[in-house]
Amino acid sequence: MACAPKWCPIQDQNRAGGRPPRPNNKGRHTFLTEWPGNCFIHRHNFKRPEPVMPNPVPIPDQTPRLRLRNISKRYPGCLANDAIDLSIAPGEIHALLGENGAGKSTLMKIIYGVTQADSGDVIWQGQRVSLRNPAQARSLGIGMVFQHFSLFETLSVAQNIALAMGAAAGTPKQLEPKIREVSRRYGMALEPERLVHSLSIGERQRVEIIRCLMQDIRLLILDEPTSVLTPQEADDLFITLRRLAAEGCSILFISHKLGEVRALCHSATVLRGGRVAGHCVPAECSDQQLAQLMVGKAATLITDYPKVAGGRVFLDIQGLSWLNPDPFGCSLKNISLEVCSGEIVGVAGVAGNGQDELLALLSGEARLNRNDAATINFAGLPVACLHPDARRRLGLAFVPAERLGHGAVPQLSLADNALLTAFQQGLVSKGMIRRSKVEALAEAIIHRFGVKTPDTRTPAKSLSGGNLQKFILGREILQQPKLLVAAHPTWGVDVGAAATIHRALIALRDAGAAILVISEDLDELFQIADRLGALCGGRLSPLHATVDTRLSDVGGWMAGQFNAPHSPVPATA
Amino acid sequence: MLLSLEPRGQQSRLMLWCSPLLAAVLTLGCGSLLFIALGHDPLLTLHTLLIAPISDWYGVSELLVKALPILLCALGLAVAYQARIWNIGAEGQLLLGALASSALAVSIIDMQSRWALVMILLVGTLAGAAWAGLTAWLRTRFNTNEILTSIMLNYIALNLLLFCVHGPLKDPAGYNFPESAMFGDASRLPLLLKDGRVHAGVYFALLALVAVWVLLQKSFIGFQIKVLGLDKRAAGFVGFREKRLIWLVLLISGGLAGLAGVCEVTGPIGQLVPQVSPGYGYAAITVAFLGRLNPIGILFSSLLMALLYIGGESAQMSMNLPQAITQLFQGMMLFFLLASDVLILYHPRLNLRWTRRATATAVPAGVL
Repeated sequence: MACAPKWCPIQDQNRAGGRPPRPNNKGRHTFLTEWPGNCFIHRHNFKRPEPVMPNPVPIPDQTPRLRLRNISKRYPGCLANDAIDLSIAPGEIHALLGENGAGKSTLMKIIYGVTQADSGDVIWQGQRVSLRNPAQARSLGIGMVFQHFSLFETLSVAQNIALAMGAAAGTPKQLEPKIREVSRRYGMALEPERLVHSLSIGERQRVEIIRCLMQDIRLLILDEPTSVLTPQEADDLFITLRRLAAEGCSILFISHKLGEVRALCHSATVLRGGRVAGHCVPAECSDQQLAQLMVGKAATLITDYPKVAGGRVFLDIQGLSWLNPDPFGCSLKNISLEVCSGEIVGVAGVAGNGQDELLALLSGEARLNRNDAATINFAGLPVACLHPDARRRLGLAFVPAERLGHGAVPQLSLADNALLTAFQQGLVSKGMIRRSKVEALAEAIIHRFGVKTPDTRTPAKSLSGGNLQKFILGREILQQPKLLVAAHPTWGVDVGAAATIHRALIALRDAGAAILVISEDLDELFQIADRLGALCGGRLSPLHATVDTRLSDVGGWMAGQFNAPHSPVPATA
Repeated sequence: MLLSLEPRGQQSRLMLWCSPLLAAVLTLGCGSLLFIALGHDPLLTLHTLLIAPISDWYGVSELLVKALPILLCALGLAVAYQARIWNIGAEGQLLLGALASSALAVSIIDMQSRWALVMILLVGTLAGAAWAGLTAWLRTRFNTNEILTSIMLNYIALNLLLFCVHGPLKDPAGYNFPESAMFGDASRLPLLLKDGRVHAGVYFALLALVAVWVLLQKSFIGFQIKVLGLDKRAAGFVGFREKRLIWLVLLISGGLAGLAGVCEVTGPIGQLVPQVSPGYGYAAITVAFLGRLNPIGILFSSLLMALLYIGGESAQMSMNLPQAITQLFQGMMLFFLLASDVLILYHPRLNLRWTRRATATAVPAGVL
């Protein structure tokens, strides 16, 4: 490691900040500093971390807006939060980082009163409180924007906000000017009369945020807010958040995207395995350092893979149009796409721009008439009218976006889930399941792809997201596909598992398979895809080699500007 | 909160076996209290209800006769319920099986060949399957709710049966009773015991038991059925054909119910009567769930249900217990069985003292 990340183990704080030395082993949780927590990285042979940076924005000696002391929460079979300490000053934008399953969601739910801690204190502006439900949290001035929006699509913006506010909303006539005023003040354009189903995802998020801002808000919690936004929309959101913070509102920002955390947040708390792994000032750490703090091992997590040109065309989509029977869904318009053997094609796009529809047509869950069968071809064979199992016989493998409930059956064991898509690989004989072969396959997947699980009888739902994704990807790869379609392969997956998944995809590419990756994560696409395009409003942009593409180009395609002058950049992308 | 349930996260193997025992103990205990309150000797009453009916071979044979149609219907229902196809129409499918086979049996009443029985069994099974096929067709073609259509078809089947026994199938020599003629000997199921009514239908039930077990536990079709039931999207994603599977499970379920109907009319009854089924098709729903949709579990639960039927009748006769009391006892047993199942997924925690509840302090104004 080149330089030590600027996390701040408690020992060094004490030395640097001149605070009283803390009692050694016993009082780990009883003593509190402004930077509470314990650093575990420190036990390894890294360089001695530097002294803590004072928080740049909040004034020292101010009562923290929120302080968590010793929060623990146990769920059956796991300790989700283990003695977590956290402190957020007024006007601070604080990032909560961590792998999946690190305990971020549990901690947020405790702060928002959705669930209660088993032990520990929540101290709100210097007073100990017990938050029993979200309504109480809201009355204290805590607001939360969930990753999955809770809006009624058939109601208007104002009606949705009125529902959340209850009696305080007043009549629509009184409420609408207030909504306009708030949206103007924070630079979030929003029309109160519009029906929610006609809003884009970014606009819906604004409704959620404005709903929180309508009351006197002092702490805003955002759960992965940028996962649904284009880069431009995310920048707009950051402007709003900075303005809010400048007014004294504290913000707790949960994100996987390390670049954003560095750009936006004043300070960060990193969770690992339910404990505080460390604190840092994100602006002074590299992605690599942050990632290591989250994962806790010094593996190479971000790699540059060589870009290649593919061989013969395997997947060939010609002028694919599809009218979505769902009036709120997206219809596909004249999509043409070629994926060659031995290359990875990446398709970017904000959710809801036709990804689900394209994926359904590729997997065979949605099918076209026999007459239109030639719009989708596998190695020259028309397949658009075939069922999924028939397509799989021709070499298709598929990793759907939703792991549980689509790619795997939650209640079934891993062995049964291996059988789910691999049943045409000699696992069934004369209508009977060959148990030993199924077990062997599941064992092989678990072994080859490092899936952490007690055994093959474990139900799929008890695996963490990353582990299950490794299992699903492994299941598809071990079928030796000629074409792999992967939707959001590392969505909600921790950094370590994401690196494993990327390596597996690259290895499959190098073994000669054609791979189509549909993802919202632009970093991921730039990292693994050889050619890139984007979906917008059911249309697909022309594809370009990744090395000739800049991030801003893709941003334009995602916004529908396919004709924007595309200037090749010399090999630096 | 003094008593709270906490999810275990995983099924408890121990409770899987213990919960029926716990339920039995609770039922016996509460049942005794009930009988004491009514002024009956609890031990004697329980003996009359649960032990006396099967204390001799005749009783055992009666138990099997009673359990047979319930078991056949419940096995079929288990297949459908595994696919989350809620077939409530076993009763109607059973009645139609009985009706169609009786129509054939009456028309070949003089046939001496054993093929008569084979034909009758086949026709009854197919009729039951066809009746369920109606539900399947409505579901796959028009996406109607199979619960509603199968229930409504029950009433249609019952009225068809009543129409036939009062009309076309009525025995001309039957003194105008609404009954068909007695079937010929060649169309009756052979008896297994000299002094009991138990008949060869037991073999069919055992065969069905093994077949359903193999289907659900070992075969790939069974796997597809389970996946469809647990997760429709996953089934579509890998190309299991939803409509075909719906047809299949409903045909199996209807066929077995139809077979149960044939076994009733060609076995213990010997003719078509309006009261072919005292609600076997409905009892089978309870039995299927009580057996946790597992063929072996269903075998035991159908025997238990049959025992409760018979014990209730004999308690009415010998102890003068009102029927409502025996039904109450049955209900109690089912209630405790299902309630104890909660312990498989949850474990109770007893808090002896009230947990401290710090109240939220209001935020003083001006802190901000």
